Amino acid sequence: MDSYKTKLKLTAAGVMAALTLSSASIAQAEETIKVGILHSLSGTMAISETTLKDTMLMLIEEQNKKGGVLGKKLEAVVVDPASNWPLFAEKARELLSKHEVAAIFGNWTSVSRKSVLPVVEELNGLLFYPVQYEAEESSKNVFYTGAAPNQQAIPAVDYLMNEIGVKRWVLAGTDYVYPRTTNKILEAYLKAKGVPEKDIMINYTPFGHSDWQSIVSDIKKFGSAGKKTAVVSTINGDANVPFYKELGNQGISAEDIPVVAFSVGEEELSGIDTKPLVGHLAAWNYFMSVDADENEEFIEAWHKFIKDKKRVTNDPMEAHYIGFNMWVKAVEKAGTTDSDAVQEAIIGVAVPNLTGGFSAMMPNHHITKPVLIGEIQDDGQFDVVWETSGLVAGDAWSDFLPGSKDIISDWRAPLSCGNYNVKTFKCSGQNYE
Amino acid sequence: MAAALRHSLLSAFAALLIVTSSIVQILPARASDASPALQEATGQLVTKDYAQVSQAIDQLASEGSDRAKLILESLLERKVFYIKKDKQLVLAEKVEREYKIRDALTDEELGIVKKRKLKKVPVNNKLRREIRAVLATMDLKNPDADARLAAVNQMLDRPDAASAELLEGMLEEEPDSRVAEAMGIVIALGKLTSGDQQQREEAVELLDGNTHPAVRNGLNALLQQSDDATLKADIERALNNIDAKLQIYSVLENIFFGLSLGSVLVLAAIGLAITFGVMGVINMAHGELIMIGAYTTYVIQLLMPNHIGVSVIVAIPAAFIVSGLVGIVIERGVIRYLYGRPLETLLATFGISLILQQTVRSIFSPLNRSVETPSWMSGVWEINSALSLTLNRLYIIIFCLLVFAALFMILKKTALGLQVRAVSQNRAMARAMGVRSERVDALTFGLGSGIAGVAGVALSQLTNVGPNLGQAYIIDSFMVVVFGGVGNLWGTLVSGMTLGVANKFLEPWAGAVLAKILVLIFIILFIQKKPRGLFPQKGRAAEG
Repeated sequence: MDSYKTKLKLTAAGVMAALTLSSASIAQAEETIKVGILHSLSGTMAISETTLKDTMLMLIEEQNKKGGVLGKKLEAVVVDPASNWPLFAEKARELLSKHEVAAIFGNWTSVSRKSVLPVVEELNGLLFYPVQYEAEESSKNVFYTGAAPNQQAIPAVDYLMNEIGVKRWVLAGTDYVYPRTTNKILEAYLKAKGVPEKDIMINYTPFGHSDWQSIVSDIKKFGSAGKKTAVVSTINGDANVPFYKELGNQGISAEDIPVVAFSVGEEELSGIDTKPLVGHLAAWNYFMSVDADENEEFIEAWHKFIKDKKRVTNDPMEAHYIGFNMWVKAVEKAGTTDSDAVQEAIIGVAVPNLTGGFSAMMPNHHITKPVLIGEIQDDGQFDVVWETSGLVAGDAWSDFLPGSKDIISDWRAPLSCGNYNVKTFKCSGQNYE
Repeated sequence: MAAALRHSLLSAFAALLIVTSSIVQILPARASDASPALQEATGQLVTKDYAQVSQAIDQLASEGSDRAKLILESLLERKVFYIKKDKQLVLAEKVEREYKIRDALTDEELGIVKKRKLKKVPVNNKLRREIRAVLATMDLKNPDADARLAAVNQMLDRPDAASAELLEGMLEEEPDSRVAEAMGIVIALGKLTSGDQQQREEAVELLDGNTHPAVRNGLNALLQQSDDATLKADIERALNNIDAKLQIYSVLENIFFGLSLGSVLVLAAIGLAITFGVMGVINMAHGELIMIGAYTTYVIQLLMPNHIGVSVIVAIPAAFIVSGLVGIVIERGVIRYLYGRPLETLLATFGISLILQQTVRSIFSPLNRSVETPSWMSGVWEINSALSLTLNRLYIIIFCLLVFAALFMILKKTALGLQVRAVSQNRAMARAMGVRSERVDALTFGLGSGIAGVAGVALSQLTNVGPNLGQAYIIDSFMVVVFGGVGNLWGTLVSGMTLGVANKFLEPWAGAVLAKILVLIFIILFIQKKPRGLFPQKGRAAEG
């Protein structure tokens, strides 16, 4: 046993030595700026996050072709947090203190972001978070390039209410933080719009729920009360397939009861028999089918990079595209990769997004985006049926929750606070100094 | 004389030629000067505005020609485009990445163009509903009874006095009884909204006990408006009757849901009932054997893309063989060295399950794969408007019972079954009688694994086919086997069905999350009381 341990130690030491050697040799060859990529490459979240890692590698490669940043090449440091939330924090620490990366691009689930948050705040790093989320957060060190609820859920509800004339609402979600918060916001919003309590049905299911018979049958009954009904779905990835299958089997078409989903994108659809989904809706800030020159270039570059013409692009990829370009622009504006300088420089930076417009970083560390509603087509793509007339700025603290409606976030001096109560004039919450 | 005749013949021929050629010329011209209403409507379609499309749909509907119907149908299938440059309305057929277009009015072929030259006429769910409704009204005179029934059902969704009046005229001549019945309901619903007291009462009488949702809504609406006490009492009685019926149907539906969930559980667990129950091997890789079965279905569908309907049937034996072979390899390669050491077996098979998952991830990518549901498995068996059973679930219940019966027969009636039972009851004695216990072990494990693969085929029709498929079912499988009593096939069947039905009856009032928790708590308490499950083995075998 002892000899085994020593052997293990020796091997470990050997591997470490080899690693340091190789990284040292690279460093000697050329001074680089390191960019950390913190996406799960194994475990349950690998299904979504692997693509984002590839997107980042592509963006970094392209930037290097253009000459890098500040005259230095970018170097990607990829780590695998393996869909394990505490490991995300450890890996973030490793990226910031061992590799000294200038910025981290990563995370998918809210719980993994919450686990990384104290680390990036303690070490004063930069984190770009590319996924739609429930908001109610604004950190000095995090930039939220995905959609906040007012950039996805609320416009989607507006569309259903005003364009489709929906009167009864089913809020169906997987039982965790994002659906629960989003549905709380939506419920308050619907009630503010005069929807009575009895016309709202809220339903939660466990992760990976596969037996939707009773719930779909309940939705069918709920929807047969003579008023137009729609389902607002925050059902998480995997559980969607059996859900849509059951809808199709019980004969509920998108024309009877449309489902608008916030977690179903092109990537998810590529693993689904899309027949039962055609006509159902999704709300995002980007669709692969959007007709814009930037988008076509991006798709072409992606296909070339990944060497597979069938791969799709999706909304979180666009968020990384925007976030990465914002970071590059901010670093060039600040003339340094220093965290504080970049944090200051990035506010107000505007870069092209993939839908033919510009996105700007707001003082609350969220960005402006257009909101699109798409109908699912049989080829797994979306047909845009509606979009907001202008850009929508992400709202870190929802105006529809009693706890957060008086709170604003503004990271510019003199306020410099992510959680400022305009009634009590107090700054509290994370990163309060 | 002959010359004159020839001359007249010639001139007649010439005249004929002129006539035909002018007809040839006239034909396309006549099609293009389609009625002004049609031209106006198609002109309206060249737009990005949904409201304008909606107007055009109404115009097309009132115009009513076959061409208008064709355009409406094409709109429904998203085939109507206009050319960006000259705003010409065309019907387009996708040919690979380009579009083959023809004029929407004249049907003139316009060749193949790139997508960016065209703009799709926007149609959303709301408009599609409108189109279906107007197409349905056009279908009311269709000779096909099913089309007429669909048309009347469309009206049933939005009953009003106008459609009732329209149908009243047609009811007399309607030969099909189903259509006539649906028409009667629409007419009665229309009468509900009429001001005449007499008519209302008749209508309520007629609708009493009818479970169609439109009926219930109509009666409810009338109950709100009406101020006549006797009529109100009538309506309430009718509503009570409807609710009582709905209650019964909802219980029946719940039982069906429970049985179908139960049969999924039984299918997933029955392979385990053999490996764990009969052989006593704690096989944590059981879920992955199910997953392999599901992936086999996917591969079979890839191999025969034009025969999706048959592929599922072919996949059953294929999945049995593939999963069975993998099972035998696991047994021969790992488990046989670990007999009698349950903890090590558990750890080793858990490791195997991780290896299998990652292998699948490497071969098929971590993304889910899409397995198509054949058309004969999708849809519902509509018993009445309140009770309809989904076909795929129905097939899976039947399939589960067939698999159970087959397995039961194998164990009770074949030589292998006899040897399996002998080895599991008393290994030493069986060997003494000349049974090659090692071969029996391998075959038994293969049989259990193969059945897991077959369960995978069924699950591929219900849920995601992805690397994590197996993990979702391993806990449930163990739960079913332990609850039913280890080593007892009947126990597995009964316990799976019981748990399924219990779950489905708890779900409506406790919610899906809590229902699952309650079931687990119940099982924990049950196992405390009866550690050997529902059907414990008795006698000497139980001690082994």
